[in-house]
Amino acid sequence: MSDQSHSHPTPGLYLLILGALVVGTCLTWGIAFVDLGKWNPVVALTIAVVKAVLVILFFMHVHYSSKLTKLTISAGFFWLLIMITMSLSDYLTRTFLPQ
Amino acid sequence: MSTSQTTTTEHHPALAHQFDSMEQQQEASTFGMWVFLLTEIMMFGGLFTAYLIYRLKYYPAFVAGSTSISVSWGFANTLVLIASSFTMAMTVWAAQNGKRKVQVWLLLATMILGAAFLGVKAKEYYDKWDECHIPGHVIGKGFNAWGGCSATNKSLGNIAEEIRDPKEHGNPNVTEVSAEQTAKQTEIFFSFYFAMTGLHAFHMVIGLGLLAWLLLRAKSGEFGPAYYTPIELGGLYWHFVDIVWIFLFPLLYLISRHQHGV
Repeated sequence: MSDQSHSHPTPGLYLLILGALVVGTCLTWGIAFVDLGKWNPVVALTIAVVKAVLVILFFMHVHYSSKLTKLTISAGFFWLLIMITMSLSDYLTRTFLPQ
Repeated sequence: MSTSQTTTTEHHPALAHQFDSMEQQQEASTFGMWVFLLTEIMMFGGLFTAYLIYRLKYYPAFVAGSTSISVSWGFANTLVLIASSFTMAMTVWAAQNGKRKVQVWLLLATMILGAAFLGVKAKEYYDKWDECHIPGHVIGKGFNAWGGCSATNKSLGNIAEEIRDPKEHGNPNVTEVSAEQTAKQTEIFFSFYFAMTGLHAFHMVIGLGLLAWLLLRAKSGEFGPAYYTPIELGGLYWHFVDIVWIFLFPLLYLISRHQHGV
C-alpha cells in the first residue's frame, strides 16, 4: 500500500467490511452458547477486537491517515491496555497466595 | 484602508485563516477529533475495567444477571448499529464524490437506524423494569414499600447459587453467601449494565443531534469534494459509539451465556 493521504476507500470495500462485521457478530453470538469454559470470554473479546480494528482502519479511515494520527491513536490504545492489564493483574493474582 | 496584504489567490470559503490549505485544515481537525475520542475511550475503558473486576469478585451473581438480559435483542441491535456505521461511512464517500442527494439520504438512513437502536434499548429497559431488575429497589413494576420487587431478585439469587462452583463451598477462603445476599450482588451487575448502556445511549442521542445538524447543512449543499470535514468528524464520532457497543455486546450479553441457558 502506498502511503498516500488522498486515496479514499470505495463502496465495494465498505460493503466488504460490513459483510465481515455481520459475519463476526453472528459468529460471536453462535459461539456464546458453546461451553468453552474460561475460553468463552477470550474468544468473544478476540472477535470484538477484530471487528473494532476493521471499523477503525476502514470506516474511520485510519488506514489512509497520516503517521501522526496513527501514532497518536496507537498510543491512546496502549494507555488503555496499561489501565486494563495492570488493574486486572492485581485483582486476578490476589488469591494466589495464602491469606 | 492600507492594504498591506492583498490575497490574490481564491480560497474555499470554509478555509480558516490560520491554515495554509484545506488538506492541512482537515488533517488538524481529524487529529483533534481523535484526541477527543481517545479521552472518550479512556472514560469507557474505566467502566469496562471496573466491570471486569466486579465480574471476577461476584462471578455467579454476574452470570445470573447477564443471562437475564435478552441476547436476541442485543444481537439485533448490534446488526442495526453496524448497518448504521456502514451508511455513515457511505455518507462520507458520497460527500467526497459530490453526490449531494445520496449524501442526504444516507445521513437520514443512519439516523433512522440510530433511532431504531434506541427504540430497542428502550424496550430492553422496559423489560428490566417489568422484571424488577432495576437496582436499588426503588422503582419497578409491582414495587411496594415492603419489598414487592425482592421476590424476582431472589430467583436470580437462586440461579447464581446453582452456578456457584461446588468446590467453593469447601474453601474456607470463600465466604458462604445465601441466595438473598447473592441476589443483592446481582444489583451490582445491573448497576454496571445501566451505567454502561446508559452512557452509550446518551452518546447515541448526542450523535443523533450531530447528524440532524449535519443533515441540515448537507441539504443546503455545504459539503462537497473540496470540503466535507464536518461529515468526516461526525462519522468518526458515530463509528466510535459503534465500537463501544461492539465491546458492550459480548461483555454484557455473551461471555456468561454458556453457564446458564437462554
